[in-house]
Amino acid sequence: MVEQERVRVVRCGGSELNFRRAVFSADSKYIFCVSGDFVKVYSTATEECVHILQGHRNLVTGIQLNPNNHLQLYSCSFDGTIKLWDYVDGILIKTFIVGHKLHALFTVARAEDSVFVTINKEKPDIFQLVSVKLPKSSSQEIESKELSFVLDYINQSPKYIAFGNEGEYVAAVRDFYLSVYFFKKKTTSRFTLSSSRNKKHAKNNFTCVACHPKEDCIATGHKDGKIRLWRNFDDDKKYTYTCLHWHHDMVMDLAFSVTGTSLLSGGRESVLVEWRDAAEKNKEFLPRLGATIEHISVSPAGDLFCTSHSDNKIIVIHRNLEASAVIQGLVKDSNIFTGLMIDPRTKALVLNGKPGHLQFYSLQSDKQLYNLDIVQQEYINDYGLIQIELTKAAFGCYGNWLATVEQRQEKETELELQMKLWMYNKKTQGFVLNTKVNMPHEDHITALCFCNAEKSENPTLVTASKDGHFKVWILTDDSDIYKKAVGWTCDFVVSFEEIVTIWDSETWELKCTFCQRAGKIRHLCFGRLTCSKYLLGATENGILCCWNLLSCALEWSAKLNVRVMEPDLNSENIAAISHSSMGSDLFVFKPSEPRPLYIQKNISREEVQWGVFVPRDVPESFTSEAYQWLNRSQFYFLTKSQSLLTLSTKSPEEKLTPTSKQLLAEESLPTTPFYFILGKHRQQQDEKLNAALENELVQLPLTENIPAISELLHTPAHVLPSASFLCSMFVNSLLLSKESKSAEEIPDDVDMEEEKERDDSDEENDFTEKVQDTDNTDLGEDIIHQLSKSEEKELRKFRKVDYSWITAL
Amino acid sequence: MGEFKVHRVRFFNYVPSGIRCVAYNNQSNRLAVSRTDGTVEIYNLSANYFQEKFFPGHESRATEALCWAKGQRLFSAGLNGEIIEYDLQALNIKYAMDAFGGPIWSMAASPSGSQLLVGCEDGSVKLFQITPGKIQFERNFDRQKRSAIHKMLVDRQYMGVSKRKCIIWGVAFLSDGTVISVDSAGKVQFWDSATGTLVKNHLIANADVQSIAVSDQEDSFVVGTAEGTVFHFQLVSVTSNSSEKQWVRTKPFQHHTHDVRAVAHSPTALISGGTDTHLVIRPLMEKVEVKNYDAALRKITFPHRRLISCSKKKQLLLFQFAHHLELWQLGSTVATGKNGDTLPLSKDADHLLHLKTKGPENIICSCISPCGSWIAYSTASRFFLYRLSYERDNISLQRVSKMPAFLRSALQILFSEDSAKLFVASNQGSLHIIRLLEGSFKHLHTFQPQSGTVESMCLLAVSPDGNWLAASGTSAGVHVYNVKNLKLHCTVPAYNFPVTALAIAPSTNNLVIAHSDQQVFEYSIPDKQYTEWSRTIQKQGFHHLWLQRDTPITHISFHLKRPMHILLHDAYMFCIIDKSLPLPNDKTLLYNPLPPKNESDVIRRRTAHAFKISKIYKPLLFMDLLDERTLVAVERPLDDIIAQLPPPIKKKKFGT
Repeated sequence: MVEQERVRVVRCGGSELNFRRAVFSADSKYIFCVSGDFVKVYSTATEECVHILQGHRNLVTGIQLNPNNHLQLYSCSFDGTIKLWDYVDGILIKTFIVGHKLHALFTVARAEDSVFVTINKEKPDIFQLVSVKLPKSSSQEIESKELSFVLDYINQSPKYIAFGNEGEYVAAVRDFYLSVYFFKKKTTSRFTLSSSRNKKHAKNNFTCVACHPKEDCIATGHKDGKIRLWRNFDDDKKYTYTCLHWHHDMVMDLAFSVTGTSLLSGGRESVLVEWRDAAEKNKEFLPRLGATIEHISVSPAGDLFCTSHSDNKIIVIHRNLEASAVIQGLVKDSNIFTGLMIDPRTKALVLNGKPGHLQFYSLQSDKQLYNLDIVQQEYINDYGLIQIELTKAAFGCYGNWLATVEQRQEKETELELQMKLWMYNKKTQGFVLNTKVNMPHEDHITALCFCNAEKSENPTLVTASKDGHFKVWILTDDSDIYKKAVGWTCDFVVSFEEIVTIWDSETWELKCTFCQRAGKIRHLCFGRLTCSKYLLGATENGILCCWNLLSCALEWSAKLNVRVMEPDLNSENIAAISHSSMGSDLFVFKPSEPRPLYIQKNISREEVQWGVFVPRDVPESFTSEAYQWLNRSQFYFLTKSQSLLTLSTKSPEEKLTPTSKQLLAEESLPTTPFYFILGKHRQQQDEKLNAALENELVQLPLTENIPAISELLHTPAHVLPSASFLCSMFVNSLLLSKESKSAEEIPDDVDMEEEKERDDSDEENDFTEKVQDTDNTDLGEDIIHQLSKSEEKELRKFRKVDYSWITAL
Repeated sequence: MGEFKVHRVRFFNYVPSGIRCVAYNNQSNRLAVSRTDGTVEIYNLSANYFQEKFFPGHESRATEALCWAKGQRLFSAGLNGEIIEYDLQALNIKYAMDAFGGPIWSMAASPSGSQLLVGCEDGSVKLFQITPGKIQFERNFDRQKRSAIHKMLVDRQYMGVSKRKCIIWGVAFLSDGTVISVDSAGKVQFWDSATGTLVKNHLIANADVQSIAVSDQEDSFVVGTAEGTVFHFQLVSVTSNSSEKQWVRTKPFQHHTHDVRAVAHSPTALISGGTDTHLVIRPLMEKVEVKNYDAALRKITFPHRRLISCSKKKQLLLFQFAHHLELWQLGSTVATGKNGDTLPLSKDADHLLHLKTKGPENIICSCISPCGSWIAYSTASRFFLYRLSYERDNISLQRVSKMPAFLRSALQILFSEDSAKLFVASNQGSLHIIRLLEGSFKHLHTFQPQSGTVESMCLLAVSPDGNWLAASGTSAGVHVYNVKNLKLHCTVPAYNFPVTALAIAPSTNNLVIAHSDQQVFEYSIPDKQYTEWSRTIQKQGFHHLWLQRDTPITHISFHLKRPMHILLHDAYMFCIIDKSLPLPNDKTLLYNPLPPKNESDVIRRRTAHAFKISKIYKPLLFMDLLDERTLVAVERPLDDIIAQLPPPIKKKKFGT
């Protein structure tokens, strides 16, 4: 079952849901949103992801319902194509190749065979709105290069463009002017607001535009929080506008209700404002939405609104301004101080979420599980305020305990520090605040760690701080935690810069001290399992050291500018990511041996900030040695631009699809009495068939398992190709395959060998400059301890490997 | 330009009274404004918004309504129950007629202008027929006598509080049958008069909406609120290709701090006035054809006439208020300093005299003689002349009794330079010359108005040698009389715009005339023609920035030692025109800062032009030369006026 594919870096989940306005289906049952290279279809009732429409090869930049068939969806992408989807079944119907990088998509009911897109021509900041004629053709891929120019010098975001009065005119805003193009008259009117000449108009910039669905009225949002309602704009002289002003900061998006009786606006205040009858005094609010409103959209049926927020969430809101559903993606905070962690219970990824919150994010279902409010204070959403920041967090005792540190520093001398300990409550299935410690240290806490030894009954927490102390906290009888050991006089700051001290966790005695005149130590970690006698340290000036705890000597060191060092909990492996101007490289190695198991070059152009190993639910079985480290755990890492990436042979979304597809198939079946009879009958048949299969071991192709057949049966008739085309496919699929599996494997192995060879050569090239102090015999001894077959193989390979690179260190 | 010692006077405690009504006349493009003290002012919107005429107020005549009818006839009605018609030529009240219904709260003229309707305190509505000379009572609509066709009940709901009574402050009836009402709950409501039903409701303010005015085309109207905001409503089509139209609130204007008691809608501008005493004229950009200075916002606060006169010899200032006069002795200093220094006073300014008028009428005009020993003032019905005598620190005031019968009311009073003669412009159009003797006077001559004209003279100027007297009315040309042989010498050709200030230069006897369109002419009285300089500047034209100034020139004076200099000022600048220097063209900088001292003379000469302008003192109500090196400037800062007004409605300001 394992395809021997090359491991590649895959963007996994957590992509922005708030990149563009979400789109409702005509019946308000589904909501569509762009998510990286995909379009996600969510159910508005259950918040579940029903479908992922995949096919674009680059960022999807716009989605719109097909105005002529409300069961179809258009999408456009940076890859230069417009795709037409059947979203009910998640099928790609057609691809129109436009060729330009498409930035936004608009559809108009009147223009039946054309859509409008924003493209970029020549200069980087100049965008054009063009109409694209979509030719009618039966083929799957159609070239549509017939572009006709509409408006020039516009803004790339679709928020800055709106079509009004059933496509009679289009309004576009940029900087300080509003241009309106009338399709009938083929004229453009331009209205300019006074710019930053004096202070009063300093923030007159347009930020968004919306058109009234029934009347000739354009609403524009501005940087100073004003909303202007333009009327009479077909007359260059007699145009007039009204101002509505409630927002104190930039208006992020505007939307008219379907009937046009009310206008919705939102911004940084995180309050959805409904202006009724476009009157300043008649407005309703939906406050406390949690984060900046980035987009607002309205369902065509008029019963639902939805708001996209800067914390990567979509809130579905009823017409009476009650939030009904929340679709939450991975919250992308600007600063991830806590790093990536794994909740031992839920195996969820834990990191900074909303300000002052810790988010638990399920990697498997690409969904936020829940938010834990750590700071427990009202977040005041204003620019320039110094907020309390959650800086450190650590799990202990199999997820029973959670320790967090928050800090706020307004001035150099005014440090507010708080440490909180949370206990997992089985009843409520959540963390409950147990202890709050004010100023646990005099200065910033630099590290926080639970003692994870199995034998220890009391949870033990160690904190280290810049003030030169480290403190050990243990649980006492009255289920309170207070500190036991204080006052260690060693200058810890110095020790953290160059010296490593090892302490016995039982007696708190100083065991030994390592000193390496190499630079400040940035990362420290112990080896796991068989390699637990090793301690690894990475220094600031690019040296990776490995000490042997038994001999208290430096085992080896390598020159590697390590940015991230993460041990795998399930194996001896340690992953290190280095960064150079070229990009970030990943090295996976065992502490016991100074040569990497696996190297992946250039995993990301940007600096990788955090990484974590996530244990797999079902172990994979990569036979290839290079990939064996991925068998039990998966490595996730987060780059500076907040994209969560992983190494995999396939994208996690692909893995998601089977379950969701089943869900959908069930959902799409009408629950008629006929279905109950037939459906049950079919199920029984299936069971029988399966039983028969088991008994007879005859490899009859199951109709359900053949994709061609299931596709044929599940696809609505109106999107199917002609019967003659299907016939051959159908027959082919029923034929028994005669290819043997072994035959398939052989060439794969060859590929793999080749790959390995290549990897090896890569290693050689890289490591030639690097040196090792210890000799090879030491290394050999360690390995002999457990000579499994694979390791023997490895050993043999090592002999082949040129160790000249070690001497160069 | 020379350096001057400037008396910077800020103790003129003048507060204009609040605006109560505004009425716009489309035919003559004039605006009538009534104030809470009963004063009615006429502004000529075509003549650069100049306040051409005014009718002095009266304590018992609080104007509540003002309207134009039958072309250019102006009526007012007030709390004393009288309907008053004004004579716009003679500048007095034509007649007052009691409506016999108690205080009158409202008045409206029929569109044809033939009928006048007043609403009285007793609940009755009275209809008057307008006849050519008078008005005639026609019928009385008594309260509840006839059953009303429709009763439109206004929702009392006021932001959830329903206890307060809702008062309709104003209604407008459009020709399509729509009734618009504004009320104390902050609503603007549209009613269908045929069915008596509410059509649309706009809640626009948290406070009262106090006034409404509809444009003649009935495609836009304006309302004023007690919060000082003026809202503009426009009738716009719903979509470009349908004929359906709807009323939409478009722009709010916040030019007032206090209640907007009155609004008017001219074809090109929204006009509003209120308790904060400003008259604001806000042009509608879409209606203005040429984007010239007419398209700019105008804020008129001070009257366009002089309220201050000065005695140069004694360094006295006479301030004119509505019901009293104040005489001040200027302070003095012995200190010297360099340019820009504030000198310490060795003797403070002294309030010498507080002269209260007798009777309820407002003072029209006042004057102090140059020698400081005579004060004259006039109300609408009486003329007063006082003799002042100074005995060291004491001042004794003696009224000159037995004024002749013809000296009842004066529009302008002027003393000759040697204080021996008094010139009075009466409201009959005649000019009286009176010789002043110690404690008595003698009527010398009366210049009767030219036959056929009844226009009153309201500006006077006398030459320093006392030979020439120039007088100007509101529209006709300036007449120059020879005082010696008591004859009309000549008439300066009439100009389209009213005269705002007049003065005769010493020695040359050149008459300098400033008009409301900011043109300045110089006319040689002996030669009976415009001077060469005046012709040159007319040929070349004034600097565009000069023509774009807001306020008219209210005073002109001359420097005794520098005959080439003309000193003039408006509310925002003081200017010395040096006729010897080249005129500025549109490319040169008009408002030149003081030339830097270290620059060479050549550059300074090259950049120098005839107009030396100083904007240090504003709002400047009066400026004159006391002697060769001393100026007196009277300022009235707007903040001081606002501080004396009642507190405005408190509004929550975001971020406070």
